[in-house]
Amino acid sequence: MNTEILGVLVTLLLCFLLAYPLGKYIANVFLGKPTFTDFMLPLERFIYRVSGIDPKKGMDWKQFLKAMLTINMLWFVYAFLLLCFQGSLPLNPDGNANQSPDLAFNTAISFLVNCNLQHYSGESGLSYFTQLFVITFLQFVTAATGIACLVALFNGFKEKTTNNLGNFWVYLVQSTTRILLPLSIVVAVILAFNGTPASFDGKDSILTLQGDSVQVSRGPAAGMIAIKQLGTNGGGWFGVNSAHPLENPNYLTNIVEIISIVVIPIALVFSLGFYLQRRKLARVIFAVMTVMFIAFCTINIYYEMKGNPAIDKMGIAQNGSMEGKEVRLGAAATALWSVATTSTSNGSVNGMHDSLTPMSGAVIILDMMINALYGGVGVGLLNYFIFLMIAVFISGLMVGRTPEFLGHKVEAREVKITALVTLLSAFLIKGGTALAAYFYAHHPEMAWAVQPGNWLNNPSYHGFTEMLYEFTSANANNGSGFEGLADNNIFWNVSTGIVLILARYLPIIGPIAIVGLLAKKKYVPDSAGTLEVDSYTFGLMTIAVIIIINALSYFPALALGPIAEFFNQ
Amino acid sequence: MKKYLITSLKLTTIMLVLLSVIYPLFIAGVALFALGKGKGETLSKDGKVVGYENIGQSFTEDRYFWGRPSAAGYNAAGSSGSNKGPTNPEYLKTVSDRIDTFLLHNPGIERSRIPADLVTASGSGLDPDISPDGARVQVKRVAVTRHLNESKVASLVESHIEKPLLGFLGPEKINVLKLNIALDQLQ
Repeated sequence: MNTEILGVLVTLLLCFLLAYPLGKYIANVFLGKPTFTDFMLPLERFIYRVSGIDPKKGMDWKQFLKAMLTINMLWFVYAFLLLCFQGSLPLNPDGNANQSPDLAFNTAISFLVNCNLQHYSGESGLSYFTQLFVITFLQFVTAATGIACLVALFNGFKEKTTNNLGNFWVYLVQSTTRILLPLSIVVAVILAFNGTPASFDGKDSILTLQGDSVQVSRGPAAGMIAIKQLGTNGGGWFGVNSAHPLENPNYLTNIVEIISIVVIPIALVFSLGFYLQRRKLARVIFAVMTVMFIAFCTINIYYEMKGNPAIDKMGIAQNGSMEGKEVRLGAAATALWSVATTSTSNGSVNGMHDSLTPMSGAVIILDMMINALYGGVGVGLLNYFIFLMIAVFISGLMVGRTPEFLGHKVEAREVKITALVTLLSAFLIKGGTALAAYFYAHHPEMAWAVQPGNWLNNPSYHGFTEMLYEFTSANANNGSGFEGLADNNIFWNVSTGIVLILARYLPIIGPIAIVGLLAKKKYVPDSAGTLEVDSYTFGLMTIAVIIIINALSYFPALALGPIAEFFNQ
Repeated sequence: MKKYLITSLKLTTIMLVLLSVIYPLFIAGVALFALGKGKGETLSKDGKVVGYENIGQSFTEDRYFWGRPSAAGYNAAGSSGSNKGPTNPEYLKTVSDRIDTFLLHNPGIERSRIPADLVTASGSGLDPDISPDGARVQVKRVAVTRHLNESKVASLVESHIEKPLLGFLGPEKINVLKLNIALDQLQ
């Protein structure tokens, strides 16, 4: 069989095989059971003592959210200031300049919300100091924030009736010390031994074989790239992310990086089963996500390996759609990555998404619109929980009973929050795109750093897709882009910045509030009439809900962009 | 609120020490044991460094094997892809022109032998590799320019094909810089 196909099959298999034991381990960590990383205990106790945290103290849902939001606000102010003044700070061997205030606003928010949309290029837009003290730091702690919030959701369903969702600080620390940091060290070491730079040396100057003089950007990248993948962050050290041959040197590192993208999000689905002792529920959720994930992968691998029909007509030998791709990775692995990174709100790329064939482009945008096939670390399951609530509600209506979820009655207040969170995405994506299209069409000469008339790198349907993609990516907190879009100007920096904040915090606050409300209610034991949410029938129901909601919300927008391009190619 | 803020400040400080100081220094320390000591692996010719193994460089002369088109002009301090969409007419014209240029420099080569990687821009603009077919179609030109036996150059190409990972995972490739260094040393 074709070695490219074998490559992606083995990669996928490894993802699933590694996710299962990791899921069990993560559940054990948060259940407080003994694990092989207990040697971290003294470090954790030290952190609690210095920070004045009482690890035994629980929080109700309001306290939990207050703690989360307070530390997040602090991180924003901190990141914004450092980015504005990085030119004068140490560890800047390449002499890179301060970020402009609107760019710093966008960058600070983007990394704060685990999105990592980048309107700058890594080689010239950041210093080593901000790469480490802003970017790397936020890549760890925002991923840990997501996991902490998910554990709160678990806690709400663990006890029959409870006010206690656990201690936010403790989950934040443990997510870092027990999951993200150990895994990052493993991945970073693999990268470093395969050629990714890790030293603090600045740019190197060389004379090439043909006699040109060239400068080569480097830096302590390996550690940052590891957490970029594991924390579903996605913001790269270099401008072109993991397409860069130093950021992703060979096929082995490519496999390791793809696994790093999806392994924690998949593992957390299994963790849910172990933590709540509802393994069948976890299996059904895993099956729903995986069926759709594999379908998306298949479509993209097919179209990317088939190549660009317009280039076929030129009569050359197409070895895949190679524009924007790297030879050492090939078309199949790039297609797999494109789905992995959009399913999980990671947003790193190993090839340019702007140059994907139209159907692949449509698939990854849809993938980000759903944003719950595994999803971002922690938050993916929170998003999926919203779909579950809708499926429970509709099923309840169909059989004419008050809907229940895991022994708690789902009533008007919870359903209202669910509806608001669902409508928010459609509003932000389509509203944002409409606004951008308006400026492009009616005010092409606005005096911004890049005039709207010059925003797009491609004409026609594809140009529209560039704008749609940017807002979809911002709303999904994904961070990948159709990078042809000229996005470093005040319109895009501010508008996507606002979308980023709303689309991060409301979909966390919503589910946590629902769980807080549900958990306080009286526990209703299962009876013959109870909806079995851990049945495959209900799984099918969830798939139907996901498809219907997303088709209704987004089909018109997709039809104007990638689908129109597909039928006109 | 104030209580949360003080905890946040303290926790942030200590996490910064752990994640932004200790962690990267530890990785940099471990990387000292890797080839290239974590600074990137270089390649040399006659004892002189001529480039990085993983960073592609521009080859425009007929006596060298060419790498892929680059949207970044092989500027290793500013990586970039073209970000051209697949149906963009201007882009398709560029590809078509590249094919014509290639045919002009490689007379006698049939169009259907040119692999797509030779006429499309890479993702990074720094792709160090080409496909084996991409090197094979250039053998004749290189051999004629250098007054070498064609079969000698062809066997040099075959010996530089890097097999898939473990023999069965991913594509085959040829590192252009390594191939060209070996070519220079052939004479």
